[in-house]
Amino acid sequence: MIFFLETLIGGLLAGTMYSLVAIGFVLIFKASGVFNFAQGAMLLFSALTFVSLQEHGIPFLQSLLLTVVVIVIGAVAIERAVLRPLMNRSQITLFMATLGLSFILEGLAQGLMGAEVRALDLGIEDTPLMLGEVMVSQFDLVAASTAAVLVTVLALLFNKTHIGISLRAVADDTRAALSIGINLNRIWQIVWAVAGCAGLVAGLLWGARQGVQFSLSLVVLKALPVLIIGGFTSIGGAIVGGLIVGAAENLAEVYVGPSIGGGITPWFAYFLALVFLHVRPAGLFGERAIERV
Amino acid sequence: MTPPPILQVDNIEVVYEQVILAVHGVSLSLAEGQIVALLGANGAGKSSTLKAISALVGAERGEVVAGRVLYRDEDVTRTAPDVLVRGGLVQVLEGRHCFGHLSVEENLLAGALAGRASRAAVQGELERIYRYFPRLKERRRSLAGYTSGGEQQMLAIGRALMAQPRVVLLDEPSMGLAPLIVDEIFDIVARLNVEQGVSFLLAEQNASVALRHANHAYILESGRVVAHGTAEALSARSDIHELYLGAGVAA
Ligand SMILES: Nc1ncnc2c1ncn2[C@@H]1O[C@H](COP(=O)(O)OP(=O)(O)OP(=O)(O)O)[C@@H](O)[C@H]1O
Ligand SMILES: [Mg+2]
Repeated sequence: MIFFLETLIGGLLAGTMYSLVAIGFVLIFKASGVFNFAQGAMLLFSALTFVSLQEHGIPFLQSLLLTVVVIVIGAVAIERAVLRPLMNRSQITLFMATLGLSFILEGLAQGLMGAEVRALDLGIEDTPLMLGEVMVSQFDLVAASTAAVLVTVLALLFNKTHIGISLRAVADDTRAALSIGINLNRIWQIVWAVAGCAGLVAGLLWGARQGVQFSLSLVVLKALPVLIIGGFTSIGGAIVGGLIVGAAENLAEVYVGPSIGGGITPWFAYFLALVFLHVRPAGLFGERAIERV
Repeated sequence: MTPPPILQVDNIEVVYEQVILAVHGVSLSLAEGQIVALLGANGAGKSSTLKAISALVGAERGEVVAGRVLYRDEDVTRTAPDVLVRGGLVQVLEGRHCFGHLSVEENLLAGALAGRASRAAVQGELERIYRYFPRLKERRRSLAGYTSGGEQQMLAIGRALMAQPRVVLLDEPSMGLAPLIVDEIFDIVARLNVEQGVSFLLAEQNASVALRHANHAYILESGRVVAHGTAEALSARSDIHELYLGAGVAA
């Protein structure tokens, strides 16, 4: 029983790492209907920027702030150079543009900051912690708490600020938002910057776990099943989706893996997502249009 | 005498997707403090004309390819929609387009965002809107998506008014609403016009209601103005009803 709990809790906590990546997608998808393939490259780019700054002896907090500045500048540049010129194009065009963007960002990151694996030490000890009789990873606990803080900050931003109202207005009805004078271009810049910051948080945690390197941009592939399960338009869905994927992966690896020769983790999330696609194509929390009563 | 025009449309042409010519040379003028109606059947080009004025055609792959729009004597043909809203020209879209997942009050607050007014000023504005639309105050916490069609139309108008406009382009406020609600909405529009001095350019298929409240009217057919004049004069011309305004118009 304790072993089961450990497996489950370990999986849930690890799942929040997937959620963190998925949140960046949800933000951009909600505000502009674009599936941002470059989210992984953004994550790599920001983590690399942070590590490079640290390597130049800049303290933690300053490096973080500088990286955020870089992200904001990047968001504005992306909006001007990529999104604005393609404004009225089809979704597939925009998707292709983000695909191109991801190669540019990856190339830029490696060209400027090198391609070797960089260690990132956030000062979190990865020693197990005993909660009662259940052993949990301290790192996973920190990651999960970070995710919780991020979600709280986002919830406050969306529900309590004027920017939040305009973001939700644009997500709800872009044409109506335009008609009342909301500046779409500025909203996109804000959303990409916020998604970039969410990506930075995810990038730092993933980077601390597996080193900052090119393969970091591949965590997007982990976010996809999370999004299919949770729905593309809900941050809550990204969280729950991440938890489900994390827990299911861990449980499957431990309980099903041995009987089919192990190696379940890489594909199990996709298998789960396929099942969900049959049962709930819009995801658990996918937006349904409000039916007037 | 009519006061000077606050809005003038000068021979505009609107093209969608670079091939569909929706408006061929429409000219019209809205005098400050008046209500002007733009009448015509389905597809006549009413909405396209309004969206050309408010610069919203751009978001639908449309373009004003000829002519110009003057607002307060300034050429605003290529001005961005948010700049126009800040300058006091705002459109209420056909089909209301409320933010369904936002509460009624959040919808109204969203209307004030372009203006960058202080919190206190926005609060005052909100109270003003609630005085005109008491129903919205009752439903302020409901999600807009769950309110009735009439309430949504009121909300769309109230939301536009939050920007403190001088000119409101109102596209088919009567669409899909019961006659009683239509009257209620038009009465409020008339009061806003008299008490707040807001000018309205009103697109309607429901010519009889529109002509009852408008000072002046233009009739569009296939993207052209085919008749215009004072509301009384047009109401008196039975040929116009038969030719352009179709059935369903009370004589
Ligand atoms: N986004 C668009 N893309 C292509 N064509 C359009 C678009 N919007 C309108 N049109 C075309 O332009 C013409 C005028 O349409 P418009 O919507 O302006 O008419 P309307 O008078 O508002 O009609 P209704 O009373 O039905 O609202 C129509 O032929 C319509 O098919
Ligand atoms: Mg129309």
